Amino acid sequence: MNHVSMRIDGVRYDDDVEPRLLLVHYLREVAGRTGTPVGCDTSNCGACTVLMNGVSVKSCSVLAVQADGAEITTIQGLANGEWHPLQRAFHEEHALQCGYCTPGMIMAAADLLRDNPRPSEQEVRDGLEGNLCRCTGYQNIVRAVLRVAGEMAGEQAGAAS
Amino acid sequence: MIPARFDYVRPGSVEDAVRALAGGGDDARVIAGGQSLLPLLRLRLAFPDLLVDVGGLSELRGVRETAGSLEIGALTTIYELTRDPLLTAHCGLLAETATLIADPAVRHRATIGGALAHADPAGDLPAVVLALGGSLLIRGPEGEREVRAGDFFTDYMTTSLSPGELLVAVRVPRLGGDWGFRYEKFRLTAQSWAIVGVAAVARRSNGHVAEARIGLTNMGSVPVRATAAESAAAGAEASAAALREAGSRADEGTSPPSDLRGSADYRRHLARVLTGRALAAAAGAS
Ligand SMILES: Cc1cc2nc3c(=O)[nH]c(=O)nc-3n(C[C@H](O)[C@H](O)[C@H](O)COP(=O)(O)OP(=O)(O)OC[C@H]3O[C@@H](n4cnc5c(N)ncnc54)[C@H](O)[C@@H]3O)c2cc1C
Ligand code: FES
Ligand code: FES
Repeated sequence: MNHVSMRIDGVRYDDDVEPRLLLVHYLREVAGRTGTPVGCDTSNCGACTVLMNGVSVKSCSVLAVQADGAEITTIQGLANGEWHPLQRAFHEEHALQCGYCTPGMIMAAADLLRDNPRPSEQEVRDGLEGNLCRCTGYQNIVRAVLRVAGEMAGEQAGAAS
Repeated sequence: MIPARFDYVRPGSVEDAVRALAGGGDDARVIAGGQSLLPLLRLRLAFPDLLVDVGGLSELRGVRETAGSLEIGALTTIYELTRDPLLTAHCGLLAETATLIADPAVRHRATIGGALAHADPAGDLPAVVLALGGSLLIRGPEGEREVRAGDFFTDYMTTSLSPGELLVAVRVPRLGGDWGFRYEKFRLTAQSWAIVGVAAVARRSNGHVAEARIGLTNMGSVPVRATAAESAAAGAEASAAALREAGSRADEGTSPPSDLRGSADYRRHLARVLTGRALAAAAGAS
Protein backbone atom coordinates (compact mmCIF):
# COMPACT_ATOMS: atom_id res chain seq x y z
CA MET A 1 0.00 0.00 0.00
CA ASN A 2 1.13 3.55 -0.74
CA HIS A 3 -0.06 6.67 0.99
CA VAL A 4 -1.81 9.37 -1.05
CA SER A 5 -3.03 12.77 -0.08
CA MET A 6 -4.98 15.04 -2.40
CA ARG A 7 -7.63 17.76 -2.40
CA ILE A 8 -10.80 16.78 -4.23
CA ASP A 9 -13.35 19.52 -4.87
CA GLY A 10 -11.71 21.51 -2.08
CA VAL A 11 -11.76 18.69 0.53
CA ARG A 12 -8.56 16.98 1.64
CA TYR A 13 -8.35 13.17 1.46
CA ASP A 14 -5.62 10.95 2.97
CA ASP A 15 -5.63 7.23 2.24
CA ASP A 16 -3.51 4.13 1.82
CA VAL A 17 -4.11 2.67 -1.64
CA GLU A 18 -2.79 -0.10 -3.85
CA PRO A 19 -0.52 1.35 -6.57
CA ARG A 20 -2.73 -0.21 -9.25
CA LEU A 21 -5.80 1.77 -8.16
CA LEU A 22 -6.89 4.13 -10.94
CA LEU A 23 -7.68 7.71 -10.02
CA VAL A 24 -11.22 7.32 -11.35
CA HIS A 25 -11.83 4.38 -8.99
CA TYR A 26 -10.36 6.32 -6.09
CA LEU A 27 -12.68 9.23 -6.90
CA ARG A 28 -15.76 7.04 -7.19
CA GLU A 29 -15.22 4.36 -4.58
CA VAL A 30 -13.16 6.07 -1.90
CA ALA A 31 -14.07 9.74 -2.25
CA GLY A 32 -17.69 9.18 -3.29
CA ARG A 33 -17.43 11.27 -6.47
CA THR A 34 -19.71 9.01 -8.49
CA GLY A 35 -20.48 11.97 -10.75
CA THR A 36 -17.37 10.90 -12.68
CA PRO A 37 -18.22 7.80 -14.75
CA VAL A 38 -16.02 5.26 -16.54
CA GLY A 39 -16.96 4.70 -20.17
CA CYS A 40 -14.19 2.66 -21.77
CA ASP A 41 -11.02 0.65 -21.26
CA THR A 42 -8.94 2.35 -23.90
CA SER A 43 -8.57 6.02 -22.80
CA ASN A 44 -10.71 7.10 -25.74
CA CYS A 45 -14.11 8.23 -24.51
CA GLY A 46 -13.29 11.05 -22.08
CA ALA A 47 -16.31 10.36 -19.82
CA CYS A 48 -13.93 10.26 -16.83
CA THR A 49 -12.36 13.70 -17.49
CA VAL A 50 -11.54 15.76 -14.38
CA LEU A 51 -9.22 18.69 -13.75
CA MET A 52 -5.89 17.83 -12.14
CA ASN A 53 -3.91 20.85 -10.96
CA GLY A 54 -6.15 22.96 -13.18
CA VAL A 55 -5.89 21.06 -16.48
CA SER A 56 -8.02 18.28 -17.95
CA VAL A 57 -6.93 14.65 -17.60
CA LYS A 58 -8.65 11.34 -18.18
CA SER A 59 -8.92 9.99 -14.64
CA CYS A 60 -9.01 6.40 -15.92
CA SER A 61 -5.52 6.99 -17.30
CA VAL A 62 -3.89 8.26 -14.12
CA LEU A 63 -2.97 6.12 -11.13
CA ALA A 64 -4.20 7.41 -7.78
CA VAL A 65 -0.55 7.33 -6.63
CA GLN A 66 0.41 9.60 -9.54
CA ALA A 67 -2.13 12.13 -8.26
CA ASP A 68 -0.54 12.26 -4.81
CA GLY A 69 -0.37 15.90 -3.76
CA ALA A 70 -2.67 17.07 -6.56
CA GLU A 71 -5.70 19.32 -6.58
CA ILE A 72 -8.60 17.55 -8.33
CA THR A 73 -11.87 19.11 -9.51
CA THR A 74 -14.72 16.81 -10.55
CA ILE A 75 -18.10 17.73 -11.97
CA GLN A 76 -19.33 17.71 -8.35
CA GLY A 77 -16.96 20.52 -7.45
CA LEU A 78 -17.80 22.80 -10.36
CA ALA A 79 -21.03 24.33 -9.07
CA ASN A 80 -20.63 27.08 -6.53
CA GLY A 81 -24.01 27.33 -4.78
CA GLU A 82 -25.65 27.61 -8.15
CA TRP A 83 -24.98 25.84 -11.43
CA HIS A 84 -21.78 26.59 -13.26
CA PRO A 85 -22.50 28.50 -16.51
CA LEU A 86 -21.56 25.38 -18.49
CA GLN A 87 -24.03 23.25 -16.54
CA ARG A 88 -26.76 25.82 -17.17
CA ALA A 89 -25.92 26.11 -20.86
CA PHE A 90 -25.88 22.32 -21.34
CA HIS A 91 -29.32 22.19 -19.72
CA GLU A 92 -30.79 25.05 -21.72
CA GLU A 93 -29.26 24.11 -25.07
CA HIS A 94 -30.35 20.48 -24.72
CA ALA A 95 -26.71 19.37 -24.94
CA LEU A 96 -27.36 15.93 -23.47
CA GLN A 97 -29.66 12.99 -23.87
CA CYS A 98 -28.57 9.96 -21.83
CA GLY A 99 -26.07 12.15 -19.95
CA TYR A 100 -23.30 9.58 -19.73
CA CYS A 101 -20.72 11.73 -21.51
CA THR A 102 -21.86 14.96 -19.85
CA PRO A 103 -19.60 15.15 -16.74
CA GLY A 104 -16.50 14.59 -18.88
CA MET A 105 -17.76 16.85 -21.64
CA ILE A 106 -18.34 19.71 -19.20
CA MET A 107 -14.93 19.29 -17.55
CA ALA A 108 -13.24 19.19 -20.97
CA ALA A 109 -15.21 22.30 -21.96
CA ALA A 110 -14.12 24.06 -18.76
CA ASP A 111 -10.50 23.28 -19.65
CA LEU A 112 -11.04 24.46 -23.22
CA LEU A 113 -12.41 27.84 -22.08
CA ARG A 114 -9.53 28.23 -19.60
CA ASP A 115 -7.06 27.65 -22.43
CA ASN A 116 -8.93 29.67 -25.04
CA PRO A 117 -11.72 31.92 -23.68
CA ARG A 118 -12.92 32.99 -27.16
CA PRO A 119 -12.89 29.81 -29.26
CA SER A 120 -14.28 29.55 -32.77
CA GLU A 121 -16.71 26.75 -33.52
CA GLN A 122 -13.88 24.70 -35.04
CA GLU A 123 -11.73 25.28 -31.96
CA VAL A 124 -14.56 24.00 -29.75
CA ARG A 125 -14.83 20.88 -31.88
CA ASP A 126 -11.05 20.34 -31.76
CA GLY A 127 -10.91 21.03 -28.02
CA LEU A 128 -13.57 18.39 -27.33
CA GLU A 129 -12.13 15.76 -29.69
CA GLY A 130 -11.20 13.52 -26.76
CA ASN A 131 -14.81 13.24 -25.59
CA LEU A 132 -17.25 10.95 -27.32
CA CYS A 133 -21.01 11.42 -27.25
CA ARG A 134 -23.13 8.65 -28.72
CA CYS A 135 -26.45 10.49 -28.45
CA THR A 136 -26.48 14.14 -29.39
CA GLY A 137 -24.47 14.43 -32.58
CA TYR A 138 -22.42 17.15 -30.82
CA GLN A 139 -24.34 20.05 -32.40
CA ASN A 140 -25.97 21.25 -29.18
CA ILE A 141 -22.84 20.59 -27.13
CA VAL A 142 -20.86 22.93 -29.36
CA ARG A 143 -23.68 25.47 -29.16
CA ALA A 144 -23.69 25.33 -25.36
CA VAL A 145 -19.95 25.89 -25.11
CA LEU A 146 -20.02 28.78 -27.58
CA ARG A 147 -22.87 30.33 -25.62
CA VAL A 148 -20.84 30.29 -22.40
CA ALA A 149 -17.82 31.75 -24.21
CA GLY A 150 -20.07 34.53 -25.50
CA GLU A 151 -21.50 35.16 -22.03
CA MET A 152 -18.04 35.37 -20.52
CA ALA A 153 -16.93 37.84 -23.19
CA GLY A 154 -20.09 39.88 -22.60
CA GLU A 155 -19.42 40.01 -18.87
CA GLN A 156 -15.88 41.19 -19.48
CA ALA A 157 -17.05 43.89 -21.86
CA GLY A 158 -19.68 44.90 -19.29
CA ALA A 159 -17.10 45.08 -16.51
CA ALA A 160 -14.77 47.18 -18.66
CA SER A 161 -17.35 49.81 -19.61
CA MET B 1 -10.31 -3.59 -16.34
CA ILE B 2 -8.14 -3.27 -13.27
CA PRO B 3 -4.39 -3.72 -13.78
CA ALA B 4 -2.55 -6.67 -12.20
CA ARG B 5 -0.57 -5.92 -9.02
CA PHE B 6 2.76 -4.13 -9.16
CA ASP B 7 5.03 -2.22 -6.82
CA TYR B 8 5.53 1.48 -7.32
CA VAL B 9 8.37 3.84 -6.55
CA ARG B 10 8.80 7.53 -7.22
CA PRO B 11 12.52 8.32 -7.23
CA GLY B 12 13.61 11.88 -6.46
CA SER B 13 16.48 12.10 -8.98
CA VAL B 14 17.62 10.66 -12.31
CA GLU B 15 20.36 8.71 -10.47
CA ASP B 16 17.81 7.13 -8.12
CA ALA B 17 15.55 6.31 -11.07
CA VAL B 18 18.38 4.56 -12.93
CA ARG B 19 19.30 2.66 -9.75
CA ALA B 20 15.69 1.55 -9.22
CA LEU B 21 15.41 0.45 -12.86
CA ALA B 22 18.70 -1.42 -12.79
CA GLY B 23 17.65 -3.14 -9.55
CA GLY B 24 14.32 -4.21 -11.07
CA GLY B 25 15.87 -5.57 -14.30
CA ASP B 26 13.48 -6.94 -16.92
CA ASP B 27 10.48 -6.72 -14.60
CA ALA B 28 10.78 -2.99 -13.98
CA ARG B 29 9.18 -0.43 -16.24
CA VAL B 30 9.35 3.35 -16.43
CA ILE B 31 6.08 5.23 -16.17
CA ALA B 32 6.05 8.85 -17.33
CA GLY B 33 2.62 10.22 -18.32
CA GLY B 34 1.15 6.71 -18.41
CA GLN B 35 -0.96 7.45 -21.50
CA SER B 36 0.36 4.42 -23.38
CA LEU B 37 1.34 2.27 -20.45
CA LEU B 38 -1.89 2.48 -18.42
CA PRO B 39 -4.11 1.25 -21.28
CA LEU B 40 -1.69 -1.69 -21.67
CA LEU B 41 -1.88 -2.44 -17.95
CA ARG B 42 -5.66 -2.11 -17.93
CA LEU B 43 -6.01 -4.52 -20.84
CA ARG B 44 -3.47 -6.77 -19.08
CA LEU B 45 -1.15 -6.75 -22.04
CA ALA B 46 1.80 -5.82 -19.81
CA PHE B 47 2.76 -7.25 -16.41
CA PRO B 48 5.58 -5.29 -14.81
CA ASP B 49 6.47 -6.11 -11.19
CA LEU B 50 7.71 -2.60 -10.55
CA LEU B 51 6.77 0.79 -11.94
CA VAL B 52 9.39 3.50 -11.60
CA ASP B 53 7.48 6.80 -11.82
CA VAL B 54 9.72 9.49 -13.27
CA GLY B 55 6.83 11.97 -13.52
CA GLY B 56 8.17 14.08 -10.65
CA LEU B 57 11.65 14.65 -12.11
CA SER B 58 11.26 18.30 -13.08
CA GLU B 59 14.92 18.41 -14.24
CA LEU B 60 13.77 16.34 -17.25
CA ARG B 61 11.10 18.82 -18.24
CA GLY B 62 11.37 21.75 -20.63
CA VAL B 63 13.37 22.88 -23.67
CA ARG B 64 16.93 24.30 -23.54
CA GLU B 65 19.10 25.87 -26.19
CA THR B 66 22.57 24.41 -26.71
CA ALA B 67 25.08 25.18 -29.46
CA GLY B 68 23.17 24.75 -32.73
CA SER B 69 20.56 22.51 -31.23
CA LEU B 70 17.61 22.31 -28.88
CA GLU B 71 17.45 19.82 -26.06
CA ILE B 72 13.98 18.72 -25.06
CA GLY B 73 13.67 17.03 -21.68
CA ALA B 74 12.06 13.59 -21.93
CA LEU B 75 9.26 14.59 -19.56
CA THR B 76 8.16 17.61 -21.57
CA THR B 77 4.48 17.03 -22.28
CA ILE B 78 2.96 17.01 -25.75
CA TYR B 79 0.88 20.00 -24.63
CA GLU B 80 4.07 21.87 -23.70
CA LEU B 81 5.56 21.07 -27.13
CA THR B 82 2.63 22.90 -28.74
CA ARG B 83 3.35 26.06 -26.72
CA ASP B 84 7.08 26.18 -26.19
CA PRO B 85 8.52 29.47 -27.55
CA LEU B 86 11.93 27.97 -28.48
CA LEU B 87 10.29 25.16 -30.44
CA THR B 88 7.83 27.49 -32.11
CA ALA B 89 10.72 29.71 -33.22
CA HIS B 90 13.33 27.10 -34.22
CA CYS B 91 11.62 23.74 -34.59
CA GLY B 92 8.10 24.45 -35.77
CA LEU B 93 7.70 20.93 -37.14
CA LEU B 94 7.68 19.49 -33.64
CA ALA B 95 5.35 22.15 -32.22
CA GLU B 96 2.94 21.82 -35.12
CA THR B 97 2.88 18.02 -35.12
CA ALA B 98 2.19 17.99 -31.38
CA THR B 99 -1.13 19.77 -31.98
CA LEU B 100 -2.21 16.78 -34.12
CA ILE B 101 -1.54 14.13 -31.44
CA ALA B 102 -4.39 12.61 -29.42
CA ASP B 103 -6.63 15.13 -27.60
CA PRO B 104 -6.07 17.90 -25.02
CA ALA B 105 -6.52 15.73 -21.90
CA VAL B 106 -4.07 13.12 -23.22
CA ARG B 107 -1.63 15.84 -24.33
CA HIS B 108 -1.56 17.27 -20.80
CA ARG B 109 -0.09 13.97 -19.47
CA ALA B 110 1.66 12.36 -22.45
CA THR B 111 5.40 13.07 -22.72
CA ILE B 112 7.78 13.21 -25.69
CA GLY B 113 10.01 10.63 -24.02
CA GLY B 114 7.10 8.25 -23.60
CA ALA B 115 5.99 8.73 -27.20
CA LEU B 116 9.49 7.87 -28.48
CA ALA B 117 10.27 5.04 -26.03
CA HIS B 118 6.89 3.44 -26.77
CA ALA B 119 7.87 3.40 -30.48
CA ASP B 120 4.41 2.74 -31.86
CA PRO B 121 4.77 2.60 -35.67
CA ALA B 122 1.62 4.74 -35.93
CA GLY B 123 3.02 7.35 -33.50
CA ASP B 124 3.72 10.72 -35.09
CA LEU B 125 6.82 11.88 -33.22
CA PRO B 126 9.27 9.12 -34.21
CA ALA B 127 9.09 10.07 -37.92
CA VAL B 128 9.36 13.75 -37.01
CA VAL B 129 12.50 13.27 -34.93
CA LEU B 130 13.91 11.10 -37.72
CA ALA B 131 13.23 13.73 -40.40
CA LEU B 132 14.81 16.38 -38.19
CA GLY B 133 17.97 14.30 -37.88
CA GLY B 134 17.54 14.26 -34.10
CA SER B 135 19.18 12.08 -31.48
CA LEU B 136 18.27 10.66 -28.09
CA LEU B 137 20.17 11.06 -24.84
CA ILE B 138 20.03 7.99 -22.65
CA ARG B 139 21.19 7.56 -19.06
CA GLY B 140 22.03 4.14 -17.66
CA PRO B 141 24.10 2.55 -14.91
CA GLU B 142 27.21 3.03 -17.10
CA GLY B 143 26.57 6.72 -17.75
CA GLU B 144 25.12 8.67 -20.67
CA ARG B 145 25.06 7.78 -24.35
CA GLU B 146 23.63 9.49 -27.42
CA VAL B 147 21.86 7.51 -30.14
CA ARG B 148 20.79 8.85 -33.51
CA ALA B 149 17.06 8.53 -34.18
CA GLY B 150 17.79 6.22 -37.12
CA ASP B 151 19.46 3.75 -34.76
CA PHE B 152 17.01 4.12 -31.87
CA PHE B 153 13.93 2.46 -33.39
CA THR B 154 14.94 -1.14 -33.91
CA ASP B 155 11.68 -3.04 -34.47
CA TYR B 156 7.92 -2.96 -33.88
CA MET B 157 7.50 -1.11 -30.54
CA THR B 158 11.14 -1.83 -29.76
CA THR B 159 14.01 0.57 -29.23
CA SER B 160 17.68 0.34 -28.41
CA LEU B 161 16.89 1.18 -24.74
CA SER B 162 18.09 -1.62 -22.45
CA PRO B 163 16.42 -2.52 -19.18
CA GLY B 164 17.84 -0.13 -16.61
CA GLU B 165 18.14 2.76 -19.06
CA LEU B 166 16.21 6.01 -19.00
CA LEU B 167 15.63 8.30 -21.95
CA VAL B 168 16.51 11.74 -20.58
CA ALA B 169 16.30 14.11 -23.55
CA VAL B 170 15.82 14.50 -27.27
CA ARG B 171 18.25 16.67 -29.22
CA VAL B 172 17.09 18.30 -32.46
CA PRO B 173 18.91 20.80 -34.67
CA ARG B 174 17.78 24.41 -34.76
CA LEU B 175 16.50 25.02 -38.23
CA GLY B 176 17.40 28.33 -39.85
CA GLY B 177 14.92 30.59 -41.61
CA ASP B 178 15.65 29.02 -45.02
CA TRP B 179 14.09 25.73 -43.85
CA GLY B 180 10.38 25.00 -44.15
CA PHE B 181 8.47 22.08 -42.73
CA ARG B 182 5.18 20.18 -42.78
CA TYR B 183 3.65 17.11 -41.15
CA GLU B 184 0.88 15.60 -43.25
CA LYS B 185 -1.22 13.28 -41.06
CA PHE B 186 -3.87 11.22 -42.78
CA ARG B 187 -6.70 9.95 -40.59
CA LEU B 188 -10.40 9.50 -41.04
CA THR B 189 -11.75 10.53 -37.63
CA ALA B 190 -10.85 13.03 -34.93
CA GLN B 191 -8.46 11.98 -32.11
CA SER B 192 -7.14 9.07 -34.11
CA TRP B 193 -3.80 7.72 -35.14
CA ALA B 194 -2.25 8.25 -38.55
CA ILE B 195 -3.02 5.69 -41.24
CA VAL B 196 0.07 7.22 -42.83
CA GLY B 197 1.99 10.34 -41.79
CA VAL B 198 4.72 12.23 -43.61
CA ALA B 199 7.18 14.60 -41.92
CA ALA B 200 9.17 16.78 -44.30
CA VAL B 201 11.74 19.52 -43.85
CA ALA B 202 13.18 21.33 -46.86
CA ARG B 203 15.78 24.04 -47.41
CA ARG B 204 14.97 26.36 -50.24
CA SER B 205 17.43 28.35 -52.28
CA ASN B 206 16.85 30.36 -55.50
CA GLY B 207 13.45 28.84 -56.19
CA HIS B 208 14.78 25.30 -55.82
CA VAL B 209 14.91 22.72 -53.07
CA ALA B 210 18.53 22.53 -51.94
CA GLU B 211 18.00 19.70 -49.46
CA ALA B 212 15.03 17.73 -48.11
CA ARG B 213 14.57 15.16 -45.36
CA ILE B 214 11.45 13.03 -45.09
CA GLY B 215 10.29 10.68 -42.31
CA LEU B 216 7.36 8.29 -42.80
CA THR B 217 4.90 7.18 -40.10
CA ASN B 218 3.23 3.77 -40.28
CA MET B 219 5.00 2.65 -43.47
CA GLY B 220 6.76 -0.23 -41.69
CA SER B 221 7.45 -1.57 -38.23
CA VAL B 222 9.75 1.40 -37.56
CA PRO B 223 9.70 4.98 -38.87
CA VAL B 224 11.69 5.23 -42.11
CA ARG B 225 13.33 7.92 -44.24
CA ALA B 226 11.98 8.25 -47.78
CA THR B 227 15.47 8.36 -49.25
CA ALA B 228 14.50 7.99 -52.93
CA ALA B 229 12.08 10.92 -52.66
CA GLU B 230 14.70 12.93 -50.76
CA SER B 231 17.21 12.48 -53.62
CA ALA B 232 14.56 13.28 -56.20
CA ALA B 233 13.61 16.47 -54.35
CA ALA B 234 17.19 17.72 -53.98
CA GLY B 235 17.79 20.21 -56.77
CA ALA B 236 14.17 20.10 -57.96
CA GLU B 237 12.28 23.27 -58.72
CA ALA B 238 10.18 24.39 -55.71
CA SER B 239 6.92 23.88 -57.56
CA ALA B 240 3.94 21.70 -56.69
CA ALA B 241 4.32 19.69 -59.91
CA ALA B 242 8.04 18.98 -59.46
CA LEU B 243 7.61 18.01 -55.84
CA ARG B 244 4.60 15.83 -56.58
CA GLU B 245 6.92 14.00 -58.96
CA ALA B 246 9.58 13.62 -56.23
CA GLY B 247 6.89 12.45 -53.79
CA SER B 248 5.86 9.67 -56.16
CA ARG B 249 9.01 7.81 -55.05
CA ALA B 250 8.21 8.00 -51.33
CA ASP B 251 7.17 4.37 -50.89
CA GLU B 252 10.32 2.91 -52.51
CA GLY B 253 11.97 0.49 -50.13
CA THR B 254 9.14 0.53 -47.56
CA SER B 255 7.08 -2.44 -46.34
CA PRO B 256 3.86 -0.99 -44.98
CA PRO B 257 1.42 -3.10 -42.95
CA SER B 258 -2.06 -4.16 -44.05
CA ASP B 259 -4.67 -3.84 -41.32
CA LEU B 260 -8.28 -2.86 -40.72
CA ARG B 261 -7.57 0.77 -41.51
CA GLY B 262 -5.78 0.24 -44.78
CA SER B 263 -4.06 -2.21 -47.08
CA ALA B 264 -0.37 -1.99 -47.85
CA ASP B 265 -1.17 -0.72 -51.37
CA TYR B 266 -3.44 1.98 -50.02
CA ARG B 267 -0.69 3.08 -47.64
CA ARG B 268 1.83 3.22 -50.50
CA HIS B 269 -0.55 5.46 -52.43
CA LEU B 270 -1.07 7.70 -49.39
CA ALA B 271 2.69 7.96 -48.80
CA ARG B 272 3.27 9.12 -52.38
CA VAL B 273 0.50 11.71 -52.38
CA LEU B 274 1.17 13.01 -48.87
CA THR B 275 4.91 13.30 -49.51
CA GLY B 276 4.25 15.48 -52.54
CA ARG B 277 2.02 17.71 -50.45
CA ALA B 278 4.40 17.82 -47.50
CA LEU B 279 7.37 18.70 -49.72
CA ALA B 280 5.42 21.41 -51.52
CA ALA B 281 4.32 22.96 -48.23
CA ALA B 282 7.82 22.68 -46.72
CA ALA B 283 9.39 24.29 -49.79
CA GLY B 284 6.74 27.00 -49.93
CA ALA B 285 5.78 25.90 -53.45
CA SER B 286 2.70 27.41 -54.97
C1 LIG C 1 -6.61 8.32 -26.81
C2 LIG C 1 -5.18 8.39 -27.26
C3 LIG C 1 -4.88 8.86 -28.54
C4 LIG C 1 -3.56 8.94 -28.96
N1 LIG C 1 -3.30 9.42 -30.21
C5 LIG C 1 -2.02 9.53 -30.62
C6 LIG C 1 -1.70 10.04 -31.92
O1 LIG C 1 -2.58 10.42 -32.69
N2 LIG C 1 -0.40 10.12 -32.28
C7 LIG C 1 0.61 9.74 -31.45
O2 LIG C 1 1.76 9.83 -31.82
N3 LIG C 1 0.35 9.27 -30.22
C8 LIG C 1 -0.94 9.16 -29.80
N4 LIG C 1 -1.20 8.67 -28.55
C9 LIG C 1 -0.09 8.17 -27.75
C10 LIG C 1 0.55 9.20 -26.88
O3 LIG C 1 1.27 10.12 -27.63
C11 LIG C 1 1.47 8.41 -25.97
O4 LIG C 1 0.65 7.62 -25.15
C12 LIG C 1 2.30 9.25 -25.05
O5 LIG C 1 3.06 10.21 -25.71
C13 LIG C 1 3.23 8.38 -24.26
O6 LIG C 1 3.88 9.18 -23.30
P1 LIG C 1 3.68 8.87 -21.77
O7 LIG C 1 4.54 9.83 -21.05
O8 LIG C 1 2.25 8.85 -21.42
O9 LIG C 1 4.32 7.40 -21.71
P2 LIG C 1 4.01 6.18 -20.75
O10 LIG C 1 2.67 5.62 -21.05
O11 LIG C 1 4.30 6.56 -19.35
O12 LIG C 1 5.15 5.18 -21.25
C14 LIG C 1 5.09 4.59 -22.53
C15 LIG C 1 6.25 3.62 -22.70
O13 LIG C 1 7.48 4.32 -22.74
C16 LIG C 1 8.33 3.96 -21.65
N5 LIG C 1 8.91 5.23 -21.18
C17 LIG C 1 8.24 6.39 -20.91
N6 LIG C 1 9.12 7.37 -20.60
C18 LIG C 1 10.36 6.81 -20.66
C19 LIG C 1 11.66 7.34 -20.45
N7 LIG C 1 11.88 8.64 -20.14
N8 LIG C 1 12.72 6.49 -20.59
C20 LIG C 1 12.52 5.20 -20.93
N9 LIG C 1 11.31 4.65 -21.15
C21 LIG C 1 10.24 5.47 -21.03
C22 LIG C 1 7.43 3.28 -20.66
O14 LIG C 1 8.15 2.33 -19.89
C23 LIG C 1 6.41 2.64 -21.55
O15 LIG C 1 6.91 1.44 -22.06
C24 LIG C 1 -2.51 8.56 -28.09
C25 LIG C 1 -2.79 8.10 -26.81
C26 LIG C 1 -4.11 8.01 -26.38
C27 LIG C 1 -4.40 7.53 -25.00
S1 FES D 1 -13.22 6.01 -19.18
FE1 FES D 1 -13.02 6.32 -21.32
S2 FES D 1 -11.39 7.74 -21.38
FE2 FES D 1 -11.55 7.34 -19.28
S1 FES E 1 -25.63 12.30 -24.05
FE1 FES E 1 -25.52 10.17 -24.26
S2 FES E 1 -23.42 9.89 -24.71
FE2 FES E 1 -23.61 11.99 -24.76
